[in-house]
Amino acid sequence: MTEPLLLARGLSKSFPGVKALANVTFDVAPGEIHALMGENGAGKSTLIKLLTGVYQPDSGEVTLAGRAIAPKNPRDAESFGLSTVYQEINLIPHLSIGENIMLGRQPTRFGLIDYKALNLRAKAVLARLDLHHLNVTDSVGSLPAAVQQMVQIARALVVDAKVLILDEPTSSLDEGEVQRLFKVLKRLRSEGLGIVFVTHFLDQVYEVSDRITVLRNGELVGCYTAEELPRLRLIEAMLGRSVTASGRENGGAATESSQVNDQPSVLSAQALHRPGVVGPISFELRRGDVLGLAGLLGSGRSETARMLFGADPAETGTIYVDQVRVNIRAPKDAIRAGLAFSAEERKLEGIIPNLSIRENIILALQASKSSVRLIPRAEQLRLADHYIKALKVKTPSAETPIRLLSGGNQQKVLLGRWLAMQPKVLILDEPTRGIDIGAKAEIEKLIAELSKQGVATVLISSELEEITRNCNRVLVMRDRKQVTELDGAWLEPSDVMKVIAGQETHPSAHPPAAAAHSEEANRA
Amino acid sequence: MLESMNKALASNANPVGIGILVATCLGAFYLHKKKHRELWPLLGLLGLLLFNFFFSNNFLAVEVRDGAFYGTPLNILNQGSEVMLLAIGMTMVIAVKGIDLSVGSVMALSGAVCVMAMKDGSSFFVAALIGLVIATIVGFVNGALVSGLNVQPIVATLITMVAIRGVAQLVTGSNPVAHNDAAFEFIGNGHFLGLPFSIVLVGLVFTVAALLARKTPLGLFMESIGDNERASRLAGVPNRSIKFWLYGFSGFCAGVAGLIAASYITTADPDRVGRMRELDAIFATVIGGTALTGGRFNLAGTLLGAVLIQTLSITMYNQNVPSDIEPMPKAIVILLVCLLLSPESRKQVLQLLRTDQWFPRKVTG
Repeated sequence: MTEPLLLARGLSKSFPGVKALANVTFDVAPGEIHALMGENGAGKSTLIKLLTGVYQPDSGEVTLAGRAIAPKNPRDAESFGLSTVYQEINLIPHLSIGENIMLGRQPTRFGLIDYKALNLRAKAVLARLDLHHLNVTDSVGSLPAAVQQMVQIARALVVDAKVLILDEPTSSLDEGEVQRLFKVLKRLRSEGLGIVFVTHFLDQVYEVSDRITVLRNGELVGCYTAEELPRLRLIEAMLGRSVTASGRENGGAATESSQVNDQPSVLSAQALHRPGVVGPISFELRRGDVLGLAGLLGSGRSETARMLFGADPAETGTIYVDQVRVNIRAPKDAIRAGLAFSAEERKLEGIIPNLSIRENIILALQASKSSVRLIPRAEQLRLADHYIKALKVKTPSAETPIRLLSGGNQQKVLLGRWLAMQPKVLILDEPTRGIDIGAKAEIEKLIAELSKQGVATVLISSELEEITRNCNRVLVMRDRKQVTELDGAWLEPSDVMKVIAGQETHPSAHPPAAAAHSEEANRA
Repeated sequence: MLESMNKALASNANPVGIGILVATCLGAFYLHKKKHRELWPLLGLLGLLLFNFFFSNNFLAVEVRDGAFYGTPLNILNQGSEVMLLAIGMTMVIAVKGIDLSVGSVMALSGAVCVMAMKDGSSFFVAALIGLVIATIVGFVNGALVSGLNVQPIVATLITMVAIRGVAQLVTGSNPVAHNDAAFEFIGNGHFLGLPFSIVLVGLVFTVAALLARKTPLGLFMESIGDNERASRLAGVPNRSIKFWLYGFSGFCAGVAGLIAASYITTADPDRVGRMRELDAIFATVIGGTALTGGRFNLAGTLLGAVLIQTLSITMYNQNVPSDIEPMPKAIVILLVCLLLSPESRKQVLQLLRTDQWFPRKVTG
C-alpha cells in the first residue's frame, strides 16, 4: 500500500459522561475514496470533528503527508489541506457562486476585492469539477440542491485540499445527481486526492469506495477493502452482531406470538404513502401485537410512525382502527382514534420542559377529553402519583418540572402521558435511546405487560436485539420502503439483518410449522 | 426643597395614605414568604409609592364626594384601566409565544366605530356592541394570520397595527369626533359602588380571563404551547384554534379599552387614542413575570405591572416631567424592575453591593 496521506493514530475523545471515541486509528491514502461507516452514535462525526479541529482529541495524533498537525479549528485544518463538506448546505444564498467559493479568501487589490481574479479562480475550480456551464456571477440561492452541493465541494477544493471529507453528501440528492457527484469524486481521486466519504447508503458505499472503515460505539471495528467486505459482513460490523450466531437468550413478549395471531385486528394500515418521504406501507396490528420496525438509519422507520400518527400525515392510503376507517390528518385525530405516539426526539417533541410532571402526564388525556372541563385537581394528582409509582419515576414530587429529571425518567413520564389515555395502539420511536440500563429493562417489561392487556405496540429501535426480544412480528424497511414482514416468534437478529442487507434469505430459522401457521392466520 | 417635602408629607400622611403603604408592605412580605414572583413588581410599586409619599402633593389622598371615591390612587386605577385591559389580552397571547402589536390601533377603532354608530342614531349599547365585535374580529384576523397562515406574530400584528389605525382614521374622517351621551360618558367617568366604572370592567375581564386560565384546561394548553409547541401538538393539544381564540380575546380586551378611552374624553380620537399603548401592555406583561418567550404566564403579575406603569406615568406628571421626555425615565424604571425579575442579575447586583470588594482587606502576614 502507498504511504498514507492522512493518518490518525489512537484518537480518543470523551465528553462528560460518554466516551465518544476510544483509541481509533484511521488512515487515508492518496487517490482513494475511503468510506466511514457506522450507526448513529458510532463516533463518525466525532472522528471528523477531531480531524478538522472542531474538537481537540484527548489523546492520539494526526499526521498529514508525514507532518504532525493539530488543527485548532476548521479553518486551521483547511490551511493544512484538510477540507470538509458538511451535510447541510453552508452557503450564503444571496451571494454569487464565485463569492461563495472564494468566501474568506477573496483576492484583493488595493484593499478592495478583486472580482476579476475572484471569478477567474472560481471558474478554474469549477472546471476541475466539470461544471463549465455554471455562471460564477449567478447567485447561489436559486441553484438546485445538487449544484449547491458541488459549489460546496468547489469551495473545499479552492484551498489546495489534499484530503476532502464529505459528510453525508448524498442525503439530499436524487439518483442522477448522486451519479454526477460520484463522477466528480472519481475524477478527484485520479488527481491524487484522498477522500473520506461518510454515508448511510450501502449501495453508494460499494459503488465508489476503495476501503471501508467501520466504527461502533466509539471504537474501531475494522478497516477493510471494499472487495473483501460483503454487504452482510458490513452490516454485522456496524451493528455488532454476528449473523452466524444462533440460539436466543431471551424470551419476551415475542414468544407468545402464535397466540396473538387469532386476536381481532386493532389497526390496519393500507398503502400509506407520503411521496418523497416514505411508503407505501401496509401492515396489520392485532390485539397484543408488538410490531417492530427494523431498518438502518434513514430507512423510513420514524417517518412511518409519524405518518401513522398524523404528525406528518400520509397523502394516500387508508387506516382502519377496530375495522372502522379513520381519517388521520393531525395528531389529535390519531389520539381520538386511540393511537399514542412517543416521538424519537424526547426534548424537541416529547417533554414540555417547564411544566410539572403532573401536567406533562395529564396533557394528552386532557386534550383528548375536553377543552372546557378541566380534569379535577384530585384526579390529576391521583393519575400523576399512579404513573410515578407504576413506572418507578424517580422524583421528589409530582410538581417537579420535568426538565429537572434524567432522560430515563423523562421517558417514563412521557409513557405515563400516553398510558393515561389507555390507548389501543402505542407507537414508540426509540423509547430506550439514551437512557440507562435499568430504565430500559423496565420499559421493555412494560411493553410485554401492555401486550398481555391487549395493547398493540409499534416499536422502533436501532438495536436489533431490542426488536427481536420484544416483538412478535418485524416489518423490515430499506430505502424508505417496506421490504418484508417477518414473523418474530422464532426470529434471530441475524435473520432481520440479512433482510436489511438485501439478501433475500429464507426462514431456515423458522420452524416450518410456525411459519405456515402465521401465513394462514394472515390470510384468515 | 425641604418645604415642598413637608407639604407633600402633610398631604400624604393621612390614614388612607399610610394604609396603602402598610398594605403594600404587608403584601410584599406575604409574597416574599410564599416565594411568588409577583413580589418584584410589587416592590417596584412600593418604591414608587414611597417616593411619592415624600415628594408628591396629595398623591395618597382619597376623598369621598357624592358617594364616590376621588383622588390620585383612583385616578391611577381609572387611567390605568386601559393598559390593564390591553395587558390581560397581551399576556394570554404572549403565553403562546405570540405578541399583539395591534391593540393600540384596535382601541382607536373600537372607540371610533362606537361614536360614529351613535352619531348614526344607534343607542349606546348597540354602538358599543358593534365596536366590541369589530375589535374582536380584528383579533381573529390576527389569529388567522398567525395560526392559519403561519405569519410570524410580530409581522402579522404589525400589519394590522398600521392598517387598523388607517381604518380608524377612515371611519371618523381623520378628525376627532365628540359625542354626548350619558351612558357613553359613564363608561370612563362613572362610578359603581364608589369605584370608577372602568376598574369594575377590568375586574370583570380579569375574572373571566383568570377563570378561563385556571378553571378550564386552557391555561395548561397555553403553557404547553408556549413551552414546546411541537410536543404539545403531538400530545393532541389544538394549538391552532387556541391561538386563534386568544388573539380574538386580545382584540376584545382592546375593544373594551377603546370604549373606555373614548368615553374618558367623550371623543373618538383616531390619531391619539392608543398610541404606543401596545408597548405599555407588553411592558406590564413582562414586568409582571411572563416571559416573552412564552410558557408560564401570570395574570395577577400583569395587573400589578400595569398599575406600576400607570403609577409611574402619574408620578412623572406630578413631578412636572415634560411629556416629551416622559418615556425616558419610564424606560429606566422598567429596566430596573426587569433586572430585579431575573435571579442572575439580582445576584450580580448583590455582588456589586458587597463592600469588601471595593475596599479589599489588606493581606496580612
